[in-house]
Amino acid sequence: MGQLFEGCVKVIVPCGSLGAGVREEEIAYGLAAGAQAIATDAGSTDSGAAYLALGKSKNNRGAVKRDLTILMKAQAQSGVPIIVGTSGQAGGDLNLDWTRDIVIEIAGELGVAPKVALIYCEQDKATVKKLNAQGRIKPLAPHGELEDATVDACEHIVAALGVEPFLAALEAGADIILAGRSTDTAVLACYPIWKGAPWGPSWHAGKTGECGVQCAVNPTLGSGILLSVDAKGFEVEPLSQDNQCTPHSVSAHMLYENSDPFRLVEPGGILDVSEARYIDLNGRAVRVEGSRWEEMPYTMKLEGAAAGLYQTIMLVGIQDPDVLKDIDGFHDRLLQALYARTRQSIPTEELGEFHISLRMYGWNGVTGIKPPTGTLPPPEIGMLFVATAASQEVANTIAQACNPYFFHYPSVMGKELPSYGFAFTPADIPRGQVFEFKLNHVVQLDDPLELVRIRWLDVPELFAAKELG
Amino acid sequence: MIKLRDVCRHVRSKQAGPFWITFDIFFDGRENFERYVNCAALSPAQFAKLYGVDPERVKRFPVADLDMIKISYPRATPQGGMVERDMHAGQQYVRLLDVIID
Repeated sequence: MGQLFEGCVKVIVPCGSLGAGVREEEIAYGLAAGAQAIATDAGSTDSGAAYLALGKSKNNRGAVKRDLTILMKAQAQSGVPIIVGTSGQAGGDLNLDWTRDIVIEIAGELGVAPKVALIYCEQDKATVKKLNAQGRIKPLAPHGELEDATVDACEHIVAALGVEPFLAALEAGADIILAGRSTDTAVLACYPIWKGAPWGPSWHAGKTGECGVQCAVNPTLGSGILLSVDAKGFEVEPLSQDNQCTPHSVSAHMLYENSDPFRLVEPGGILDVSEARYIDLNGRAVRVEGSRWEEMPYTMKLEGAAAGLYQTIMLVGIQDPDVLKDIDGFHDRLLQALYARTRQSIPTEELGEFHISLRMYGWNGVTGIKPPTGTLPPPEIGMLFVATAASQEVANTIAQACNPYFFHYPSVMGKELPSYGFAFTPADIPRGQVFEFKLNHVVQLDDPLELVRIRWLDVPELFAAKELG
Repeated sequence: MIKLRDVCRHVRSKQAGPFWITFDIFFDGRENFERYVNCAALSPAQFAKLYGVDPERVKRFPVADLDMIKISYPRATPQGGMVERDMHAGQQYVRLLDVIID
């Protein structure tokens, strides 16, 4: 170990995800407490592959703009940098450019000209295939070796950034960093590491703060937290004065959305918290010591999102006592009837491969597993119809062919046909494509910047160009 | 007849990346943690039965400091795929609550 790091580096994590609701008073509190940077991620893979496949944000543009406006005002007044990772929910180039345009708009409205670094990490398919051919792409469990066809199936592929590209942007004097897909931890760990803080506490502070106030006792009180990293450990406190971090709330967060509670693999190493000690400071803040960083050969994790089949849905509410008496039997009979109806009404060559499912919400909609015999029926169920096919048109055609059966199919034959409760007209709703993550692989790199492109945005020049144009 | 829900203060499930699901099972104290952390209801075989997962892929991490155990396994179907019913896997824990442990 080199020279002992002195003092501490404080970072504001203003929210769990950009657009979730930054609070001006919390930023003011953090800056008054000596924060030297503001860092947050703006997304994750949690909400599915659609956002990477489509290059779309999950958070609303207005909400992201509102949060960024508060942060950019604070940046302009205090001079502390803003660091945003996984821009636009998924961190693909389109997601990052969407966020860039919001920053440009706000800069114009505030009359400020920050130095903005854009860190792109989207990978073209040829590059990924080449890396694979060189044997530099390795699967993570439960996946196997990567095949070219899988790469071709993806709409967009990103390589998750570690701290090194952020360090390069900070070194070059960025006021605002907008990054593509980044590990949640790297976004928060990079600033302390850049300032010379030890890597173990910096990465562990990053993991602790990744969801903002989620590591505090009451995750609904306030939005952000303050991290302070020093030579021996780090401290964390909520930015809201009426919330607390406790050893339990902080240590329990290490478990969150993580398959291993002790070891977290990151680009260039593993964060090991098995020896970490959590100490209550004053009932509000927690100190953590003993976090270790084990250096490993450098890898970046690849994420790829594919767009597949199309779906059309319909929804009815059912209170019919005959249905509620035998929901599972009704489900099975109706599903069979819908398959038969579809095959009879649509020519095979037009239909292609298709799938229909019925989900009985209020009964077993979440699992699809039949409840034990004797389970009492609910007062009503919501029945969701989902048709899946190769095109939106075919999925729509299936739903339309099934509509009368879905609407009127009786549970007891021979009675007058029931009419179940549609909530909308038209009844069939084209839902769009099914999106899936396809890659679960890492790429081995000697140079952490090999797959990264850093571009600089000259805001005043852009304005001039726009006005001229 | 004791169910898992009787000896836990909190049980949750969530996706851990697009390909894994993780359960956090917090016991109500040290005594029940020690008594039940290795019970059959929390074995890979039980997870295989309830969630259709290969028992060899189930990973168990007891965390004594927190009186809890983390159990993780790979998703049986892709997140957001054609038959998805629980995108964030946040409802998967419910099936475990009524498993009889003693």
